[in-house]
Amino acid sequence: MIKLENASRTFQVGDELVHGLDDVTLEIKAGEYVSIMGPSGSGKSTLLNAIGLLDQLDKGHYFLDGKDTTKLSELELAKIRREKIGFVFQIFHLIPRLTAAENIALPLTLAGVEHDERNERVNDALKSLSLSDRAHHRPDQLSGGQRQRVAIARAVVTKPLVLLADEPTGNLDHASGVEVIDILEALNQQGITLLLVTHDAELGERAQRIIHMMDGKVLP
Amino acid sequence: MYLNDVIQFAFKAMYGARTRTYLMLLAMAIGVASVILLTSLGEGARLYVTQQFSSLGTNLLIVLPGRSETTGGMPPMTGETPRDLTLQDVMALQRSYHIKEVAPIVVGAAPVSYRQMEREVMITGTTASLFSVRELHMASGQFLPEQEMTRASPVCVLGRTLQTELFGNASPLGKWVRVGGYRCRVIGVLEEEGVALGMDLSDSLLMPAASAQTLFNINSVFRILVVARSQEVMDKARQDIIDIIRARHEGEDDITVLSQDALLSTFDRILTALTYSLGGIAAVSLLVAGIMIMNVMLVAAAQRTAEIGLLKALGAPRRQIILLFLTESACLSMIGALLGLIFGLGGNQVLQLYFPDFPFQAPDWALWAAVGIALFTGLLFGLLPARHAANLNPVLALSGR
Repeated sequence: MIKLENASRTFQVGDELVHGLDDVTLEIKAGEYVSIMGPSGSGKSTLLNAIGLLDQLDKGHYFLDGKDTTKLSELELAKIRREKIGFVFQIFHLIPRLTAAENIALPLTLAGVEHDERNERVNDALKSLSLSDRAHHRPDQLSGGQRQRVAIARAVVTKPLVLLADEPTGNLDHASGVEVIDILEALNQQGITLLLVTHDAELGERAQRIIHMMDGKVLP
Repeated sequence: MYLNDVIQFAFKAMYGARTRTYLMLLAMAIGVASVILLTSLGEGARLYVTQQFSSLGTNLLIVLPGRSETTGGMPPMTGETPRDLTLQDVMALQRSYHIKEVAPIVVGAAPVSYRQMEREVMITGTTASLFSVRELHMASGQFLPEQEMTRASPVCVLGRTLQTELFGNASPLGKWVRVGGYRCRVIGVLEEEGVALGMDLSDSLLMPAASAQTLFNINSVFRILVVARSQEVMDKARQDIIDIIRARHEGEDDITVLSQDALLSTFDRILTALTYSLGGIAAVSLLVAGIMIMNVMLVAAAQRTAEIGLLKALGAPRRQIILLFLTESACLSMIGALLGLIFGLGGNQVLQLYFPDFPFQAPDWALWAAVGIALFTGLLFGLLPARHAANLNPVLALSGR
């Protein structure tokens, strides 16, 4: 499903070259639940951004769903992100002027899904995350846990293959954090491939497979 | 993405930043409104002058005493005065084959009274032919009688305003009014006529030219209005006038002959140029509004960096982000332009109320140009911020950098 071959990504920071990813070879199967752990600066987010096609590799190849993504155009990459990948961020990234329902509908709106179908899918997503009574609230009227649930609903409303969560509990209290992880795990149970970046060991241990990273390398 | 979704997105973004939206709309509206108002002013001046001249009638030549020198240089030291035009000159002009009608005009001011009512008005001395030369219409009674030009007779025709002032609603026909030291019988009242070349016939008293000359104790004629037989013989008629008067004035070219067309086209050119330059000045304010849109959209793109990163993560390609931002600036400039149209045309209406004689009318091209330039600058100056937004690196944008 996800296959990285000798993937490298370097950044220029001042005069120094920093290896975000250093010759990483990795394979993740469909439906897996993987947590990526490591200290800050170890390349966790770089790996996630590369898998999410927000970032391009300098060297190596990345196959998603059997397709080499390194040679695709900007337009094709956007299409893959739209159809196959869902993102959940630490700081939610909800658009403050839009209601919860409108935020969830955003990827469908961008993809040009018809109005009726969009409403139906947004309502389903709201219901499954028990947000129905919050549909017309704006983000500033929601609690942190609710905001992250809205963000998760937005990520899965397009029915992606992969869900990429970058420190989804980082801005939440413990109880809300556990609740969010429960939701993500439930989604994984339904078949979605879940990649979770965290530096919270307790949460990370819950995954079937744990990838430890250090200085851009995957530790064996 | 559906068009109405794009527009909705733009409107929500505009509503999300209301203060900046209102300010930008105001800037755009002022730009468009000033184009409309300033070009209306220029166009109004043009229409006003055109009306003034065209109410003189066609194929008209105006003969003035004195030669307007255009050669420059010192004025003659001898203090020579041009020979006056006289009624005999006028009669001589009638003999030209190319001239259809001739009307002398003698003017002066004198008090006109009827019983206790008195009014100082302009007295116009002329002949029956003025009626057709100036294309006048009678409200009641008849115009000055056809008679020998040099014969005075105690009759007069009143302008509409003068009639109302002296007689109110009563009919003045057959009444005797006192004009200066003379008395004359009212035989007709003119219908309301426009002001032409500063001659407001509605507040004037018309009498035979010879009577007016007696009244003011002069022998001269202020102007001679000449109607050529047709448009084609205008030049011949003009030459005839010059030849006849030269022969009568001992070989001196001491008159000026103006044609309505020449005057009209000169004024038309000047005032059209004025309109364009006023429009150009106003267009600068539209340009400023456009640059303001660019400025504000750049700030908006900077403020919404994280949002742009999110849109990219959600699978919006570059061109979609450009579309979203351009739609926003297009909506801003379009609504601004519409507001400007309303302000501008409304302003025209208000000005028209205060200055009813002056036609405030924005030329059609100015409306299209104002709205067109508004949209064009909105899109042009929206393009840079939109491209800027679309080229952001999604990873950096998401982290707010």
